[in-house]
Amino acid sequence: MDLNLKVWRQKNATEKGALKDYAIKEVSPDSSFLEMLDLLNDQLIESGEDPVAFDHDCREGICGSCSLYVNGEAHGPSRAITTCQLHMRSFKDGDTIYIEPFRAKAFPVIKDLVVDRSSFDRIQQAGGFISVNTSGNTQDANALPIPKADADKAFDAATCIGCGACVATCKNASAMLFVSAKVSQFSLLPQGKVEAKSRALNMVHQMDLEGFGNCTNTGACEVECPKGISLENIARLNREFLGATITEG
Amino acid sequence: MAVLDSKTPAGPIDKKWTQHKNDINVVNPANKRLIDVIVVGTGLAGASAAATLAELGYKVKAFCYQDSPRRAHSIAAQGGINAAKNYQGDNDSTYRLFYDTVKGGDYRSRESNVYRLAEVSANIIDQCVAQGVPFAREYGGLLDNRSFGGVLVSRTFYAKGQTGQQLLLGAYSAMNRQIGMGRIEQFNRHEMLDVVVVDGKARGIIARDLVSGKIERHGAHAVLICSGGYGNVFFLSTNAMGSNVTAAWKIHKRGAYFANPCYTQIHPTCIPRSGEHQSKLTLMSESLRNDGRIWVPAKKEDAEAIRTGKLKPTDLKEEDRDYYLERRYPSFGNLVPRDVASRAAKERCDAGFGVNKTGEAVYLDFDAAITRYGHEKALVDGIHDASEQKIRELGEAVIESKYGNLFQMYEKIVDQNPYKTPMMIYPAVHYTMGGVWVDYNLMTTIPGCYALGEANFSDHGANRLGASALMQGLADGYFVIPYTIGDYLGDEIRTGPIPTDSPEFDAAEKEVTGQLNKLLGIQGKHSVDHFHKRLGKVMWDKVGMARNAKGLNEAIEEIKQIRKEFWEDVRIPGSSNELNPELEKAGRVADFLELGELFARDALERNESCGGHFREESQTEEGEALRDDKNFSYVAAWEYTGEPSKAILHKEELEFKDIELKQRSYK
Ligand SMILES: Cc1cc2nc3c(=O)[nH]c(=O)nc-3n(C[C@H](O)[C@H](O)[C@H](O)COP(=O)(O)OP(=O)(O)OC[C@H]3O[C@@H](n4cnc5c(N)ncnc54)[C@H](O)[C@@H]3O)c2cc1C
Ligand code: SF4
Ligand code: FES
Repeated sequence: MDLNLKVWRQKNATEKGALKDYAIKEVSPDSSFLEMLDLLNDQLIESGEDPVAFDHDCREGICGSCSLYVNGEAHGPSRAITTCQLHMRSFKDGDTIYIEPFRAKAFPVIKDLVVDRSSFDRIQQAGGFISVNTSGNTQDANALPIPKADADKAFDAATCIGCGACVATCKNASAMLFVSAKVSQFSLLPQGKVEAKSRALNMVHQMDLEGFGNCTNTGACEVECPKGISLENIARLNREFLGATITEG
Repeated sequence: MAVLDSKTPAGPIDKKWTQHKNDINVVNPANKRLIDVIVVGTGLAGASAAATLAELGYKVKAFCYQDSPRRAHSIAAQGGINAAKNYQGDNDSTYRLFYDTVKGGDYRSRESNVYRLAEVSANIIDQCVAQGVPFAREYGGLLDNRSFGGVLVSRTFYAKGQTGQQLLLGAYSAMNRQIGMGRIEQFNRHEMLDVVVVDGKARGIIARDLVSGKIERHGAHAVLICSGGYGNVFFLSTNAMGSNVTAAWKIHKRGAYFANPCYTQIHPTCIPRSGEHQSKLTLMSESLRNDGRIWVPAKKEDAEAIRTGKLKPTDLKEEDRDYYLERRYPSFGNLVPRDVASRAAKERCDAGFGVNKTGEAVYLDFDAAITRYGHEKALVDGIHDASEQKIRELGEAVIESKYGNLFQMYEKIVDQNPYKTPMMIYPAVHYTMGGVWVDYNLMTTIPGCYALGEANFSDHGANRLGASALMQGLADGYFVIPYTIGDYLGDEIRTGPIPTDSPEFDAAEKEVTGQLNKLLGIQGKHSVDHFHKRLGKVMWDKVGMARNAKGLNEAIEEIKQIRKEFWEDVRIPGSSNELNPELEKAGRVADFLELGELFARDALERNESCGGHFREESQTEEGEALRDDKNFSYVAAWEYTGEPSKAILHKEELEFKDIELKQRSYK
């Protein structure tokens, strides 16, 4: 299939960027979206132009690196997948495709389609853990039975890949879905309950410092999240957070 | 050169580790604060090591090329992690895990290291649960297990098809706690491009900030290489796009021996390739072999009809299907080890029974499991007159709960619904058992330089059993290195900070910038991928699943030629002082082009079949791999002396005192 691409090109963080047109021919419908970009880059390199920079690594929807805004949607038109899992068969011959980076104040562009998401790491550093040392001197794993339903819910929350689609989609650029996923995972497990309140406080505090917006419950994040992280988690975070602010006065 | 000293402690196998820990140096907490440790890589091995060393009080600097430690390739591991917990009461034990791993590795690993791995395995699970890793559980609230290939017990712990993700996020959270406390300094989007050796000891690294392109010097008292495996030397593999050999190769060039480079795992259950555009291959976890049955049509004409689309697999009757693993290996059936399953698939496809357009695919069928689970679930739910449709529905739901994300992944890529029609699979490069040679302390032949995780060679011999890499990565990082590093660092407490203005740092930095400028200066005609693909093709065709002397000799020459052309004709746009993914790739491919040659030489040298290494010259009449213990019961450790063709082979003889050497049989 032949396509018209409109790709965001931006030399670096300080220079201004713009959409640039590229025509690309003979794309296999079986190729993935990123393989289509590989093809474009190959052509650009062989013709002496600068290839398009984009983040990617696993190319199977789990590392959370890829972060493209395709035709106005984070990770493109399909649901429950990342950009790297999007296949060209989702498009038609002759289509025009807009390709832009995830945009948010807290995700500044580094180059072309690559953005800086280290704000997510700093939120995790503020409290996304259980304070237990890795010495191995812990009790036997089965000494603490956990109801399957709780374990499964904690797992569902824990599958967040930290891609940032929720932020890029949200009109307020809020990171609530991302933060709530971690807070929920731990507050659903007895091991994590102990610090549940301080964790919520610290992570939310850091989220605010990083310049993410407020959550106004539009629910857009849940729709675009490739891992199906549910809004229930935000409700749980709100409970932990409110509980914490009340107890701390 | 000195004889390779594995530093294996004396004494009975089950006492070695305890005794060793009693015998080695311990650094007191106040002194730990004076010691810098560099950790290259934040996968399971690196993240666990960084977190634990920081908790102990060392000052840690950790590096990864991704934008966050959480994105290391370990995140992609699917199926599970082994541990000898014997929770299922099926007679598992430390000894059995040790035995299975040595046998699975086709008797080419070091007994003492493997025993230690089995010994600490149970603790990993305790540790991860304490960290909040949400492993799968049974209704009673206890941990669930599944089986993996090559073993007869159920010892694999898992979190759906995302076990690696959950374990890595656990280790990442432990790292985050230490980063928050300032005990780990984390360098994202940084690539280590050389190790600096001063007076014979590793004293730091040269790294490139991938965003600004700045070359940086970092000094330390010890350097840990946790940079993962080098399967991408084949271009197509299940590894992440950025997985590379650079860190391991650079230390090799500075004195670290490289062991058994030819030991590669070709995983039997991957999605077959679909065309030239293919950039990587996708694994379908081995756990699927718990419930999936592997087959091809029994008659060639049926295979032919399927390939041309005239027949559907679901049209074939039972008697027209060849469940070749169950036929050839009745006692292990679909759960034979990976190397055996892969070769059997290749054998059927080469014989003309392959099932997709390319003829390189076999079926992995869940139909029987769906029906079986459906019946069970109907009974549990008290439905006694369930219709066939209801049973399928219930069965599919059970399969979904076990492998949902894998089925979804498959459907996205292949555009077929695996609940309704069998999956198509074919072997693909997946893991490298070979790697940097290390002693019992995980130290390389450069004092102060260690290698952990997939980057080292130590535990899996010539074939790794499923769910054992995650176990090894975490064992190395959480439970081995925190002890063994003390033995070396005990003598470093008076050294003081490592200066980075020494002539050795100057020289190393100059070499790094020299190589970058050279690459950028070529301005030839072809992209880096062009050369990488050519290398991959030679590797797959001649150094892949079946190898022979003629092909290997040709491969060596062809790789040299591609390397020459690469250095004359590669084209890298842009400059070195900006984010330049092509420049990053070029450096990695340059190293693959050297490693590839050594890899083929190693395969040529080892004129026996063992594990994943199959030499056509060495097989039984039935076509099974034939080991030659008399001549090849050693670790091949290569010393770099200027170029791969001049590397010198050193042998570490393997001793088997606790396990009897036998030809492997899964019949
Ligand atoms: C698809 C897939 C599924 C798998 N499933 C399983 C499974 O179910 N069970 C199992 O036991 N094993 C499994 N494995 C194998 C297992 O995942 C890996 O062997 C293991 O995770 C490797 O961990 P590691 O810490 O050694 O390296 P990695 O996780 O590969 O990490 C390497 C790290 O090194 C960094 N790095 C590399 N080079 C440099 C450099 N030059 N400078 C700076 N940083 C660098 C990277 O950024 C990264 O942080 C699977 C593998 C694949 C490919
Ligand atoms: S919550 Fe979903 S969209 Fe947001 S970072 Fe996690 S996986 Fe991505
Ligand atoms: S590249 Fe890893 S999620 Fe897309």
